Amino acid sequence: MNALGIAWLHFRLGAMNELQYRANLVIQVFQSLLQLGIGLVMLALVYSHTTNLNGWSQPELLAVLGIQILMGGVIRTAIQPNMTRLMEEVQDGKLDHALAKPVDSQVLISVREVRIWQAVDLVTGAVVLGVALVRLGGDLGMLNVLAFAAALVLGAVMIYSFWLVLTTAAFWVVRMDNVLDLFDGVYQTGRWPVGIYPSWLRFGVTFLVPVAFAVTVPAEAVTSRLEWQTLLLAAIFAVALFTFTRWFWRFGLRNYTGASA
Amino acid sequence: MSTFSVAQPGRPRALVDFYLTAMRTAVQAQLQYRVNNYFWMLGWVAEPVIYLVVWTTVAEQSGGSVDGNTAGYFAAYYIVWTLVRNMNFGLSTYAWEWRIREGILSGQLLRPLHPIHYDLAFFAGWKFVAIFLWIPIAVALSLLFEPTLDPSVLEIVVFAVAIWGAYLIRSLNLWALGTVNFWTTRGAALSELYIVVELLLSGRLVPLQLLPAWAQTLAGLLPFKWTFYFPIEALIGDLSRAELAKGLAMQVFWTAVGTALVAVMWRRGIRRYSAVNG
Repeated sequence: MNALGIAWLHFRLGAMNELQYRANLVIQVFQSLLQLGIGLVMLALVYSHTTNLNGWSQPELLAVLGIQILMGGVIRTAIQPNMTRLMEEVQDGKLDHALAKPVDSQVLISVREVRIWQAVDLVTGAVVLGVALVRLGGDLGMLNVLAFAAALVLGAVMIYSFWLVLTTAAFWVVRMDNVLDLFDGVYQTGRWPVGIYPSWLRFGVTFLVPVAFAVTVPAEAVTSRLEWQTLLLAAIFAVALFTFTRWFWRFGLRNYTGASA
Repeated sequence: MSTFSVAQPGRPRALVDFYLTAMRTAVQAQLQYRVNNYFWMLGWVAEPVIYLVVWTTVAEQSGGSVDGNTAGYFAAYYIVWTLVRNMNFGLSTYAWEWRIREGILSGQLLRPLHPIHYDLAFFAGWKFVAIFLWIPIAVALSLLFEPTLDPSVLEIVVFAVAIWGAYLIRSLNLWALGTVNFWTTRGAALSELYIVVELLLSGRLVPLQLLPAWAQTLAGLLPFKWTFYFPIEALIGDLSRAELAKGLAMQVFWTAVGTALVAVMWRRGIRRYSAVNG
């Protein structure tokens, strides 16, 4: 069975499981709207005192907000639940069950969980982004759309790699559940273009936690300010980070003795 | 049910003893999880840093200040914010949901004191660990953002009292909100709404003077500003003695309201709880 087949099977299983709890959809929509509301209020407050923030206009920052919500949806639908489960299994010694299966372990631990209701944020984010693009008015052009799609995929790969590296560290540290809070906090920096942050923080949210690649770079693409060098850097960094993650996961496995053994 | 009444009359000594012991236990317990505590702290310190950077950027682009508030003011505001935030976190309403669902509350009912005392004492003790761990963060932020801070002795004293007032008011309100879980298993939605309103009208998101006038008026009628904005302004602003006194009086008032709310909600909710579990 190939990797895609396994992913698809788990996706269907997870979706069917979640579909039993339809009331959660309402809760999710409510939460999503509250978060959107805060984002919009903050934007309105900032732009009631200025007309541009570090060269970004209000509709442009609305696009940033949309992409931040969208990417947040991807993270909470597909990435975070898998990593949380992995962390718990390392703590409880249940990971052995996954490792004993005759498929690539990294594929398996990355696709087992899916929270389809969290995908509400995909819709919210896309709508916000759409509104922003209409308000910006200009024609995007095929090249920008392609660059945007590429930047988004690269960003998701980087966030996934970042999460897996961090989670793999649980093989040694064991208890690190608060990492979730840490990531959620840092991810909020993505609401604003990284250019406004002081250099130490900009470095941190670009290369340590790749929020800048995941949100600001796609936003640069849709606001026609992306330089091809930036996209190239994103591609190189994504490949490097993914390769490192693959190696680190295997390295971690070799050192993993199993808590239940 | 009389065993659950707040503060048993005639036994204030015992209550003080209880608080001191429970706080000491909390200090010991939390000191064991320093790393986990730090992850958590670094996560939420991102929040004020983001606000701070955004407003500093706006100030710089508008010729140094926003409505008269300088970058140094914003730095002071959000750095003091981190201490106030550290002080005013309490039992989350999610913990309430969990306690009821898992039947943990049933065990707590067997204890001789009103359960709120256990929570108030535990979190009060945790504050000392939180402040201890907060100091390096505050130093780092001060070096990075250069706050304008020049408090008088009186302001420091008022601040030291007001952060505990903020803790009490916020804990009581969240506790009362938690009891909503006696009636519904979807209490989380209500508390999220509460948190959002608080975020906007407490001074957590922005110093209140940056809000439109109607929002400032609204904030004046609600308890939230006394748990964020007032303690911060007491230390960094230029409040007159009368304003400082009024602020503390308002804290006393909202503490009384919170206490009454907890008492009423608890008495009604617990009846409901007994009924549900037979």
